[in-house]
Amino acid sequence: MATDDRPGAGTTPALARLAGPLAALADNAAARRAGIVALLALMVVAPFVFGEYATVILTNALLYVVLALGLNVVVGYAGLLDLGYAAFFAVGAYTVGILTLRVGVNFWLTLPVAVCTAALAGVIIGGPTLRLRSDYLAIVTLGFGEIVRISARNMSITGMASGLSGIHQPWLFGWHIATPRDFYYLFCVLAILAVAVSVRLADSRLGRAWLYVRYDEDAAEAMGIDRVRVKLAAYVTGAIFGALGGVFFAVNLGAISPESFSFTQSVLILMAVILGGMGKIPGVILGAMIVILGPELLRSLGELRLLVFAVGLLLIMLFRPSGIWPGRGRQQ
Amino acid sequence: MSSDATPPVLKLHGVSAGYGRIRALHGIDLEVRRGQIVTLLGANGAGKTTALKTISALVRASAGSVLFEGRDITGLRASEIARLGLVHVPEGRHILRGLSVRENLELGAFTVRDPAVRQERMREVFGLFPVLDHRQHQDGSLLSGGEQQMLAIGRALMQGPKMLLLDEPSMGLAPKLVLDTMRIVKRLNQAGTTILLVEQNARLALRLADYGYVLESGEIRMQGPAAALRADRSIVQAYLGE
Repeated sequence: MATDDRPGAGTTPALARLAGPLAALADNAAARRAGIVALLALMVVAPFVFGEYATVILTNALLYVVLALGLNVVVGYAGLLDLGYAAFFAVGAYTVGILTLRVGVNFWLTLPVAVCTAALAGVIIGGPTLRLRSDYLAIVTLGFGEIVRISARNMSITGMASGLSGIHQPWLFGWHIATPRDFYYLFCVLAILAVAVSVRLADSRLGRAWLYVRYDEDAAEAMGIDRVRVKLAAYVTGAIFGALGGVFFAVNLGAISPESFSFTQSVLILMAVILGGMGKIPGVILGAMIVILGPELLRSLGELRLLVFAVGLLLIMLFRPSGIWPGRGRQQ
Repeated sequence: MSSDATPPVLKLHGVSAGYGRIRALHGIDLEVRRGQIVTLLGANGAGKTTALKTISALVRASAGSVLFEGRDITGLRASEIARLGLVHVPEGRHILRGLSVRENLELGAFTVRDPAVRQERMREVFGLFPVLDHRQHQDGSLLSGGEQQMLAIGRALMQGPKMLLLDEPSMGLAPKLVLDTMRIVKRLNQAGTTILLVEQNARLALRLADYGYVLESGEIRMQGPAAALRADRSIVQAYLGE
């Protein structure tokens, strides 16, 4: 995880300074461990140090860490282009909204339902599409993303354009998760779990199959790897991450509307993955942080901030086209 | 057909295939017996590569059937066929750029779950191709053409194949390396691997093979024991362009 790079991470001089310590972090196991410990400590104290506003923003950044790590399985590990990832985020959020508000199900029981629904949607969309060349997946997922958003806009069960509101904050063993600080810690746990699962997946047999399919799917197939099944596994895994992100997004905000799940949202998540470095877990985390914290840190620039942010992103892509994080990633 | 009494390991019956509306194979029959080297000859565009791709299901057969060890494999996926031990070393080698020689070899052993077997196979491949051992940590795509061919064959061997489909292993190699490659093919065969070899260099392939087929415009025009094909001057001139 990234430690020393949050202030000014979206600007270029900082980027140049970053490369050195980042490379050291990526290469040196001891330095990496120290970095992780420092980061965990920072995560624990952050709400006390930075105040409530920053806590809310950081919670949002952690949500994007989860989403970006999920999309990273699809894009980074398996090499598939998914342009409608927000759809799975929506599936998770609406599952919670509908089940808790309309059916009265306990929040925690909606989790498995959201996971299964997302997995099912992943199989329905991915099953036929992944047999074709990768380009088709980009087109179909783009369409799927819009279908989900427009359906949500037009169905009464999803609350039409105004969405669903009044989603209750959950209880966990007597702990009412209610304040921004509570949600911040909840998302810390989620992000850490997402990292742990990503690491395990990258090192697994399936992770190696993704690597081979990404490098040369014909060679992989010729060596006995079923490319369709392997890609589908990646797509469904990504879907589950996205849905879980959506579930907790919904209870955090208490209200969801179709516009939270637009194409822009999918692009933002994809940007986090590509910016940090596809397939590289610390890079993806850094990417998510930049995408969310960058515009916030540049707030003092007023109307110029999005322009400056966009130019910063362009410069990063120009000078580090394979992502900010050095090296070729976790998957060896 | 060869008069050998053993049933064929691989049998193609009336196989047709093509790309879109273009038909590249018109109902070919072909047999390979256990332990043989059979070569498939013909000019560019005769359908040799398509024939191999159809056997390994990289191209779908539009008609006919492919039998491997008596089992109809026509409808199977390419990965399933590879898992049965019928492994295709495709034209162009498909070395994974950016991965080391060792990692490329590990891909070949992906379906082998026992790590001891994987290690043993790696040792065997390094024994067969010492140059891969020396360069095991280098990027596979930075090897020379001949070394890449060895890597492609070595990767296929990692899977422990019963039969190899070799598509022009000598393509683009210097004459000396062509001979080396052919020697390796012979050695693999002597070690028990059945081989179907597609080759441009007909003279060389016929010296190696037990039996040969000549493809022209997607049809088998001629077949026979390699020695007989080699002796027939008219065949060599008419079909093999030499």
